[in-house]
Amino acid sequence: MSSERPVISCKNIWKVFGDDPEGYLAKMPPDMSFDEMSEDGYIAGVKDVSLDVNKGEMLVIMGLSGSGKSTLVRCFSRLHDITSGTIEVAGQDIMSLAEKDLIELRRSKMGMVFQSFGLLPHRSVLENIAFPLEMRGQDKHTRRERALEVIKLVGLEGREDFFPRELSGGQQQRVGIARSLAIEPDIWFLDEPFSALDPLIRKEMQDEFLRLQQLLKKTIVFITHDFDEALRLADRIAIMKEGAIEQCDTPDKIVLKPATEYVRKFTEDVDKARVVRAGGLAEADQTGTGDPVDASQTVRKMARMLVDDTRDFIPVSRAGKPIGALSRAEALDVLLGDQ
Amino acid sequence: MVALSKKTAEAITCNRAAMLLLAVAVILTTLQYAAVLPAWLHRIPDAMVPPFAAWLDVVFNFVKDDLGLLKFTRFFTEGLENVLDTTGNIFFGKYRWPHLGPMPWTAVAGVAAVIGYSLGGWRLALLGGGTFVWTALIGQWNIAMETMSVLVVAAPLAFVIGLSFGIAAWKYAWVNKAIRPVLSVLQTLPFFTYLLPAVIFFKVGPTAGAMATIVYAIPPMILMTTLGLQKVPLEVIEAGKMAGCTRFQMLRHVYIPSARGDILVGVNQVIMLCLAMVVLTAFIGMPGLGAKLLAMMGSFKLGRSLEIGITIVLLAVTLDRMSKAWAVKQPVHFDKGTSWFCRHKTLVSALCVIVGFTLLSKVVPIAGTIERGQDFSQGKELDNFIKWLLAVDGVQSVTYGIRYVLNVWVLNPFRDFMLSIPTPAMIMMVVAFAVWLGGRRQGIIAAIFFGLIALSGWWDRSIITLYSVLAAVSIAMLLGIPLGIWASQSDKWSRRILIACDTAQTFPSFIYLIPAIMLFGITATAVVGSILIFAMVPLTRYTIEGLRTVPPEMTEAADMAGATRMQKLVNVQLPLALPTMAVGFNQAIMFAFFMVIIAAFIGTQDLGQELQRTLAGTDLGKNFVLGICVSLMALTFDVVIMKWATDKKHALGLA
Ligand SMILES: Nc1ncnc2c1ncn2[C@@H]1O[C@H](COP(=O)(O)OP(=O)(O)OP(=O)(O)O)[C@@H](O)[C@H]1O
Ligand SMILES: [Mg+2]
Repeated sequence: MSSERPVISCKNIWKVFGDDPEGYLAKMPPDMSFDEMSEDGYIAGVKDVSLDVNKGEMLVIMGLSGSGKSTLVRCFSRLHDITSGTIEVAGQDIMSLAEKDLIELRRSKMGMVFQSFGLLPHRSVLENIAFPLEMRGQDKHTRRERALEVIKLVGLEGREDFFPRELSGGQQQRVGIARSLAIEPDIWFLDEPFSALDPLIRKEMQDEFLRLQQLLKKTIVFITHDFDEALRLADRIAIMKEGAIEQCDTPDKIVLKPATEYVRKFTEDVDKARVVRAGGLAEADQTGTGDPVDASQTVRKMARMLVDDTRDFIPVSRAGKPIGALSRAEALDVLLGDQ
Repeated sequence: MVALSKKTAEAITCNRAAMLLLAVAVILTTLQYAAVLPAWLHRIPDAMVPPFAAWLDVVFNFVKDDLGLLKFTRFFTEGLENVLDTTGNIFFGKYRWPHLGPMPWTAVAGVAAVIGYSLGGWRLALLGGGTFVWTALIGQWNIAMETMSVLVVAAPLAFVIGLSFGIAAWKYAWVNKAIRPVLSVLQTLPFFTYLLPAVIFFKVGPTAGAMATIVYAIPPMILMTTLGLQKVPLEVIEAGKMAGCTRFQMLRHVYIPSARGDILVGVNQVIMLCLAMVVLTAFIGMPGLGAKLLAMMGSFKLGRSLEIGITIVLLAVTLDRMSKAWAVKQPVHFDKGTSWFCRHKTLVSALCVIVGFTLLSKVVPIAGTIERGQDFSQGKELDNFIKWLLAVDGVQSVTYGIRYVLNVWVLNPFRDFMLSIPTPAMIMMVVAFAVWLGGRRQGIIAAIFFGLIALSGWWDRSIITLYSVLAAVSIAMLLGIPLGIWASQSDKWSRRILIACDTAQTFPSFIYLIPAIMLFGITATAVVGSILIFAMVPLTRYTIEGLRTVPPEMTEAADMAGATRMQKLVNVQLPLALPTMAVGFNQAIMFAFFMVIIAAFIGTQDLGQELQRTLAGTDLGKNFVLGICVSLMALTFDVVIMKWATDKKHALGLA
C-alpha cells in the first residue's frame, strides 16, 4: 500500500499473564500450546504476534471472546507492558520510552475507546470529553468549545451536563467515542466502540466514521465482534485465536483463501458475494477484453452483469488504470456460493 | 480430591493436637485442685517476670528526650493549640483570636438544618436542627460546643493524615505491609493506652485530647482509602493514562474522585470515632460533654447523666446520618440556565441563616445564648424520680435479685474458677481452642500472645478482664442470638431491629454505662451489664444478616423437602448463617474488650483499672504493657475467629 514506514510495527510480541511471566517465557519450549501454558497457571494473552499497521490504514481485529483482542490493543498503547518482543509506534520503541515521553506520545498522538467505556463517574459529559484536553493543559474556553463540537458529532447535544450514571449504555459509549475524538488522535484504538448502540445509531455512527476516515486518514485499530461491521470498515482484518493471529489479510482474501481451518469456520456464514470485490478476484497476468469493471465493485453488485455477460475474462481497473482481469466463472462461483 | 484429603488429614492432626493440649490442661487443673501442683507451675514466679515496663520506659525516655521527640511534639502542640483556640472562640466564645464568637445557638442550629436539608431532605434537616435546639434548650450548649470545637479540628486532621497514609499504603506495597500489623494493634489497643502518651507528649487538656482522638480515628480512614483506591475500575484508570495524565494528575483527577464513595465512608467512621474518643478524653481532663457526664455519673446524678447521654446520642446520630448521606449522594446536573444562586443554594441559605440569626441575637439576647436558669433541664427532678423508682420495693427487689443471682451463682464462681486454672493450663486451653478452630498458624499465634501476657506480670488482672468479656458475651449471646433469630423471621422486624442496631452502634461507648449504672449501681454487675448491652448489638445484627442472606434456593429446597420451620432453621439456615454470625461474635468480643476497659471507671479489678491509674502518673511503660495485654487477648480472638469464618465460608461456597 503505502511506502512509508508502518505506524505500528510489532515483532514477535508476547503478553503472558501469571506470577512470573518473564521467567516462564524464557524457560518455556517454543512450541508450547495455549492449553499447556494454562495448565502451568499462565495465560497467553498475546502469543507471538508480528504485525504492521500502515499509515491511514484501518485494521479490524476479530476473534472470539477471550481471544486476546483487547490485550493486543493494550500492548500497542502500552497499557500493558509486553513480556517479550518489540513494538514500534510512530517510529519509537514504546517499551523503552521514558514516562515523560510516553505521556507526551499519548497526549499528542493516541486516542482510545474502551470496551466498557471507562468514563470518570464524577465528571459530567462535557467534563469527561474535555478531560484529555484538560490534561494537556488547554485553557477552559478552547476545550469547552472543542468538546461541544464533538458532542454534536456524536449526537449528544443537550446532555452536556449529565453525569455518566444518568445516561444509557449507548449514550455512555458515545461519550467515550467523543472523548477519544476530541484530541484528534493520529492513531486511534477502538475496542468494540459501537457494541452498545442500537442498529440505527450504529449504522449512522459507522457512516460518520467512514466519512471522517476519508477526510482525516487516521491510523485505526478497531475491534469488533460483528463481521458486517468489519467488512464495511476494514482495510485488513486480523483474526485471533488464543492470543495468536490466525490470519491477517484483506477481507476478500480472508473469505476466499482462509489460511486455517479456524478462519474458514469463522467466515463460513458470511455472504461472500457481498464481501469479495472485483479487485480481489483480479488476476494480474490476464487482460481480458471489452469494458472494465471498477475494482471496488462487490460481486453482488456485479451479479446481473456477470450472469448476462459472455466473456471469460473481464478486465478490472482501479482509478481508471487496468490492474488485470477476473475470471467470470470464478466470480459466478462466489456469487452462487460454490466456493 | 488429593488436595481435599490433604486438608482433611491436616484438620484431623489439628484436632488431635487440640485434644491432647486440652487433656494436659485438665490434668494440670485437677492437680491444682488436689493441691499437689507446685506453685511455680500455677503462676509464673515474680522473679521470672522480665521488667518489660522498665525496658519500655527506657525506650520512651530515649525517644522522648534524647531524640528530641518531646521538643518536636511540644512545638506541634502550640500550633494545634492555636487552632483549637480559634475554633473555641467561634463555638463557645473562648477569649481568644478572632474574638468573633460565640456563634448564636440559633445560627448553629439553622446551619445544621440547612446542611441536613441539602444532604437528605426535610428529615435530616429536622434531625440536624432539632439536635442543636435540644442541646441549647436543655442547657448544655457550652459543653456541647466545647466538644464540637475539638471535633471540628480532630476529624479533618485525622482525615488528611489517614488519607495520606492510605494513599501511601496503596501505592507502595512495603508501606502497606508495614502498616497493616500496626493498624490491627492500634484498633484493638484500649483507649486508655492512647491517653497517657497524648498527655505526656501534648500537655493535659484539649490538645492532648485532640491528639489522642486523631490517632484513634486514623486507622479506618487508612483502610477505607486503600480499599477505595484498589477498587477503581481498570478501564477508568486506563482512560486516565490514555488521556496522558501525569502521576499527580492521575491521583487528583482519576483515583481520588473515583474512590469518593469509599473515602467518604472512611470520613463517616472518622467522625464517629472522633466523637466517641472526644467524649472519653474526659479522663485526661478534656472539658466538654464527656467531662460533664463523667462527673455526673461519678456523683450518681442519673437524671443529668441521662440528659447529657441523650445529647451525645443525638449528636452521634446526626453526624452519622449526615456523613452517610454525603457518602451516597451522587452529583446531579442542573438544567441549562440555572442561576448562580440556585446552583449554590445551600451555601447562600447557610450564609443567610448565619447573618440573620446573628443580627437577631443582637436584638433578642436569648436567641444568642441561653443563660443559666433559662433552660428546660429537668435534671434534678429526673434524678429524684429515678432514685425514687429504684427505691420502690418491687423494682429494688428485682434488680437486687438479678444482681444477687448473677454475682453469687454465676459471675463469682466463674471468675474464681478462671483464676484457679494454672497459667500453663490456661495457655494450653487457649491454644487448643485456636488450633481446633483456626489451625496450626493460629495456634502458634495464640501461644506467643498468651505467653507474652503470662510474662508481662499482669496475668491475674488479664484473666479477670478475659472473664468479664467472656461472661458478658456469653450472656449477650443468650439474649442477642434468639432476638436475631426471631427478628429474621419477618421482614418488618428484621428491618426495625437492624435500624436499631445501626443506630446503637453509632453511640459513643461511654453511653452504655448509663443504663447499667442506673439499674445496678456502681457494682461488678453493672460492668457486665454495660458490656452485655454493647456486645449484644453486633450479635443480633449479624445473626439477622446471616440468616437473611441465606440463598433462597437453599431454603426453597428445604421447603420442597417438607421441612418444618424449625427443621429448616436448624438444618439449613443456621449452618449457612454461622460464618456471618461468627463475624458478629468476633465483633462482640472486640466491643467487649473495649467496654470492659471503659467500665474500669465503675471500679473493677481488671486491667482497665490499673490503666486508669497510670493516667494519674507518668508510667508510660506500665501503661503500654497493660494496653498491649488487652490488645494481645483481643487479637488472639480476632485471628482465630476470622480464620474460622473465612474457612467455613469457603467450605460452604458462600465466599
Ligand atoms: N490483567 C489480566 N490478568 C490476567 N489475565 C488477563 C488480564 N487481562 C486479560 N487476561 C486474560 O487474557 C485473555 C484475553 O483477554 P482479552 O480481554 O484480551 O479478550 P478479548 O478478546 O478482548 O475478549 P472480549 O471479546 O470478551 O472483550 C483472557 O483469557 C483473559 O482472561
Ligand atoms: Mg475485549
